[in-house]
Amino acid sequence: MTARRLLIAAALISTLFLVVVPLAYIFSRAFGQGWAAYQANILHPDTLHAIWLTAVVAVIVLPINIAFGIAAAWLVARFRFWGRGLLVLLIEIPFSVSPIIAGICYLLLYGRQGLLGPLLLENGIQILFAVPGIVLVTMFVTSPFVAREVLPLMEAQGSEQEQAAVTLGASGWQIFRRVTLPNIRWALLYGAVLCAARAVGEFGGVSVVSGSIRGQTNTLPLQVELLFNDLNVVGAFAAASTLTLIALVALAVKTLLDRQH
Amino acid sequence: MTMQVTSMMKRFGETEVLRGIDLNVRDGELIALLGPSGSGKTTLLKIIAGLDWPDAGSLSVDGEDWLRVRAQDRRTGFVFQHYALFPHMKVRDNIAFGLNVMPKDRRPPAAKIAAKVDELLQFLQIAHLGGRYPAELSGGQRQRVALGRALAIGPKVLLLDEPFGALDAAIRRDLRRWLRDVHDKTGTTTIFVTHDQEEAFELADRVVVMGAGRIEQVGTADEIFDHPASPFVARFLGATVELPVILRAGRAEAPGLDASMLERRALPDGFATLFLRPAEIDLQRDDASPFRIRQITSTGALRRVMLDGTGIVLEAELPRQRGADPLKVGDHVRLRPDAGRIFPGAARKAPPAPIPLKKETHR
Repeated sequence: MTARRLLIAAALISTLFLVVVPLAYIFSRAFGQGWAAYQANILHPDTLHAIWLTAVVAVIVLPINIAFGIAAAWLVARFRFWGRGLLVLLIEIPFSVSPIIAGICYLLLYGRQGLLGPLLLENGIQILFAVPGIVLVTMFVTSPFVAREVLPLMEAQGSEQEQAAVTLGASGWQIFRRVTLPNIRWALLYGAVLCAARAVGEFGGVSVVSGSIRGQTNTLPLQVELLFNDLNVVGAFAAASTLTLIALVALAVKTLLDRQH
Repeated sequence: MTMQVTSMMKRFGETEVLRGIDLNVRDGELIALLGPSGSGKTTLLKIIAGLDWPDAGSLSVDGEDWLRVRAQDRRTGFVFQHYALFPHMKVRDNIAFGLNVMPKDRRPPAAKIAAKVDELLQFLQIAHLGGRYPAELSGGQRQRVALGRALAIGPKVLLLDEPFGALDAAIRRDLRRWLRDVHDKTGTTTIFVTHDQEEAFELADRVVVMGAGRIEQVGTADEIFDHPASPFVARFLGATVELPVILRAGRAEAPGLDASMLERRALPDGFATLFLRPAEIDLQRDDASPFRIRQITSTGALRRVMLDGTGIVLEAELPRQRGADPLKVGDHVRLRPDAGRIFPGAARKAPPAPIPLKKETHR
């Protein structure tokens, strides 16, 4: 009995110090100098721009990765072809590679001295230190989330329902819309929430390719770092509190979805 | 609808699943594809539905080349063993699915679809289940819904893959009778796959016995049961006793065998194999016979007798013991089958040592 109590106590204490205290600390520091100071910092044009940019990136990345995730899961779950195992491995790569490596790859590829950079620049297309670069890196880092959630479910469900729909005369799109999609909807939503949370919070890869130009290419996580380095503690924590809120909402939605299953 | 399948071949990798299938299906027929698992029967069914494609051969329906018709356009009602109902739709919507997905210009108006669904629910005796989800139904009810969904599109042919395989025995018998009824009322040409011979024989007009990618025999229940075309069919239909015999003037001879109840067969003299079902063998005490009773077990209605002799072990099923002098373990008996099938050549076991010529054996 004592051993059990000790273990529970240890778990509670470590959770307290690892999760609860830091979370509370973010908000206590953000509001440390009162609501007015918090408001002023959040409404600072650079921070507002960072919030906006982060939202834009997420809004672009999310639908693309949902489409990619469904397509990849469908391909892997429904067909047997040469290189299928390799494809599964490829889908997983962004999880195993450090995001900063992804950022550096893009730097080498699209940079001024890079492989494709000069050609693109000649044609007036700038990828690095601009929104396209941020979107590309975020897309890479968050690409596995949807596929990873949907694939096991599709494999477990098998294709009989879809075959039944074919014999009943349904077209490819009708089968997807009326049979496949309703069957994977919770897993899909779950994957999308994880993907969105990560897209909003991504730091490492983005920091390499964004150039951190205030008010132009700074996303919210980069803005937090900048403000912190500026020794603007209230500003940094205010920005961080926004990120934290987004993460908490995502977590709440995810928990709700877990119950729906 | 009439259907011709000609020289159909299909392989999955190294495995030949169909090795030249020829089959004609007549209009309004109820056909069973009967065979052990791996005999290719489900593959054949899926090819007819357009869910799989043959490597060679042709499939023609009412004179039309169906291999050029998309599965969507074939109008086959396919019923899966595990129902494959759409779990997020109510029973009504499941049944209406095939009508709801029709192109706008051919789709009946909503009221007509609803009326059709009502009619089917009535016809399938599940009128009270229309508002339920598949998860709220029993296995038998689900299979009725699956059949309703297939019938709703007015299929040219109804294809059922082990339709009762996942149900327990009592419901199975019920549904079997019910399916025969549905078939007789709708007149839809129907092909179903089963590995259960009782099911095939009870339900089908004609039974197609398949083994290892080939059709072994096509016929009515009686034809196949009494005159199996090959050792495979004989074995598959329960003739588990294989007795090596020597044919002489059309009559089987072997030590301990009294074949006097069997008809003479127009087969050349020589080695042959006699296929017997355990229930067709009567035993008579005969101390000169090499067969000896090793074990007797009772199943209630029957006694199962295990025998050995001449290097083989075999089983006979006798009705419950009557009379004063029951057979006992250790008794020597001779086999007196009242039916049997003879195929020339030694089947599985080596023939017995040639018996010395006698003028009259086992009369």
